[in-house]
Amino acid sequence: MFKCSIDSLDKIFAEISKNATVYLPVDNDDGKAVYTKWENGVKWSNELNTVKSLKDFFFPQVENLMEFKVEGKNIEIKDIRTESEDFVVFGVRACDVRSFDILDRVFLVEPCDSYYANRREHGVIISVACTRPSETCFCNTFGIDATSPNGDITVWKTEDALYWNANTEKGKALLDKLNLDECDDSAVNEQKAKTAEIMKRLPLASLTTENFGGGKTDELFNRPEWKTLSESCLGCGTCTFVCPTCQCYDIKEFNNGNGVIRFRCWDSCMYSDFTKMAHGNNRLSQVERFRQRFMHKLVYYPENNEGIFGCVGCGRCLAKCPISMNIVKVMKTIGGND
Amino acid sequence: MQKISRDILVEKAISMLENGDVCSVLGWRKGEFDYDITPAVFTDKDDIKNNFVWNDFCGANFSKYLVQKTRKAEGKILVFLKPCDTYSFNQLLTEHRFDREKVYAIGIPCEGMVDINKIKEITGDGISSIDCGDKITVNTIYGDKFDIDATNVLSERCINCKSKKHVAYDELIGDEGEVLESNRFDEVTKLEQMTPDERFAFWQNELSKCIRCNACRDICPACTCEKCVFDNPKSGVENKAAANSFEEKMFHIIRAFHVAGRCTDCGECSRVCPQHIPLHLLNRKFIKDIDGFYGEYQAGDEVGSRAPLVNYTTEDIEAADIFEGRDN
Ligand code: SF4
Ligand code: SF4
Ligand code: SF4
Ligand code: SF4
Repeated sequence: MFKCSIDSLDKIFAEISKNATVYLPVDNDDGKAVYTKWENGVKWSNELNTVKSLKDFFFPQVENLMEFKVEGKNIEIKDIRTESEDFVVFGVRACDVRSFDILDRVFLVEPCDSYYANRREHGVIISVACTRPSETCFCNTFGIDATSPNGDITVWKTEDALYWNANTEKGKALLDKLNLDECDDSAVNEQKAKTAEIMKRLPLASLTTENFGGGKTDELFNRPEWKTLSESCLGCGTCTFVCPTCQCYDIKEFNNGNGVIRFRCWDSCMYSDFTKMAHGNNRLSQVERFRQRFMHKLVYYPENNEGIFGCVGCGRCLAKCPISMNIVKVMKTIGGND
Repeated sequence: MQKISRDILVEKAISMLENGDVCSVLGWRKGEFDYDITPAVFTDKDDIKNNFVWNDFCGANFSKYLVQKTRKAEGKILVFLKPCDTYSFNQLLTEHRFDREKVYAIGIPCEGMVDINKIKEITGDGISSIDCGDKITVNTIYGDKFDIDATNVLSERCINCKSKKHVAYDELIGDEGEVLESNRFDEVTKLEQMTPDERFAFWQNELSKCIRCNACRDICPACTCEKCVFDNPKSGVENKAAANSFEEKMFHIIRAFHVAGRCTDCGECSRVCPQHIPLHLLNRKFIKDIDGFYGEYQAGDEVGSRAPLVNYTTEDIEAADIFEGRDN
């Protein structure tokens, strides 16, 4: 474990910036944290987490995939992929770090998504342990330890110091370059114990996944509560857009007069034309669309991924849904664990 | 802070259900915390007893839900309407969007709704309880207690409330209020005083935050098209995400034009925006201009009124005058 003073953080960012772009949560003009490029004078936000998740870096909302040039009967396909820059993201919370275990299982399995893989290879994630969780946090429901997040490097912040520990080869290589002072882990252990106590007091601390998981489709699919739960859902998809693990996208083409650009953009199971096919749409009502989002995270995903749930308990959908409907209310109602 | 107690509304709802006057009730359902209420359809009296709430977090406007809910309803639906909600209600009726016969509307007075984001700016994260009395009392899991004056955390639209009067109802509970003189155009005037470049930069900055969830459109009582052009693959302008800064602005400007003269300034769009974009400023600019060009007009004030933009008169301002910046 290594240690530095909080005041030296800018020097460290400057050092890392020599070889890679550094991004970190920074307050925007309305005081909300947004991942922003570090430059001299840019200050790390005190907010617990960013409004939008880190997913956007690796899987952006809109992205061009390839171009076609059409001349007469000839179609030329242009590969527009470029090597990603090297970048380091600092200040990522435990929940958001875990979201990459979920996304990787979608994008990095064969056939591997080269766009996503490219950014994963070039990105280093530096996480930071939580000390003041929100009432909307329930990462512990999914076995995530907010006091000791994963990531290439983990950082703990105390009053005046930062403690660093590398977890991967990539992280070790970066940390070695920073020449920080070695130290023992007593301060970190003390913080972990304190935060663990707070985690137990969170209002959602007792939420469990016991009634969900693979094999539960038949039992849960036709539950009558889906109707009441989805009754006032607007189908806006805010929940899917702020979610660090929602991964669905649509591929479309755009003719700019000079050729055709094929691009993808995020899609949402909450939308009326989601997975619409030649025969029509397979989810005609909002109840079905709403159910899809939660069944995917709580049943289908774990069924196909050794029991890992597709939610990390970040609480963004709790904070952002215009009608305050969310995965916790679904779990308590459908799973009956109040 | 609300003067009407929840119990009166609960009693009313239960008795109407029991007497068979209505088959369902649109109301606010208790959440996981004290502030996250959900608009809900109640059909069971125990459910109402246990879960119906009426407090300073009941901002949700039910008028638009009537479009869908009345279609399926076997009997009448009881709906509770705050003063601002009644304007949306009338506007929807003007546009023939729901069957008035299927609704029993109860007007309830409103003292203003608070904004949880403003509360959290004071208290920080970790809220364990909120009590809406004379003061808003917030406790946190960190052992802190805050007594907040509700007027300091009112939502923007309630600070600038345009009317405490109900313009539509079958029955009124509590006292009727008045149309208010509000300062709702002050911010618009500030924008007008900017140079075009400053104004462009202002909107560019705000609209670049948009994630195109369309929550603003989906909640808007003036946006009730069965299929929005922006969702329709056949329209040629379907737009799931903004590809560039032009598209970021296009959606909002088109939407503002489409609701111009029909927007009641209910404030729902700004309330629900996850990115806190001040969408109301765009709509209020249109309202202010319409007032200036064609004489004062409040959408939803009465059922059946002809909005200035669809009502030609020979006194109408000439396009050239508008272009030159002259008011009528
Ligand atoms: S659950 Fe909430 S955020 Fe998600 S689509 Fe429905 S209304 Fe929008
Ligand atoms: S479903 Fe909600 S709580 Fe779970 S990861 Fe997504 S946004 Fe976070
Ligand atoms: S609600 Fe906000 S973020 Fe969503 S589309 Fe509207 S302006 Fe954009
Ligand atoms: S545009 Fe906004 S303020 Fe106007 S009616 Fe729609 S939701 Fe209400």
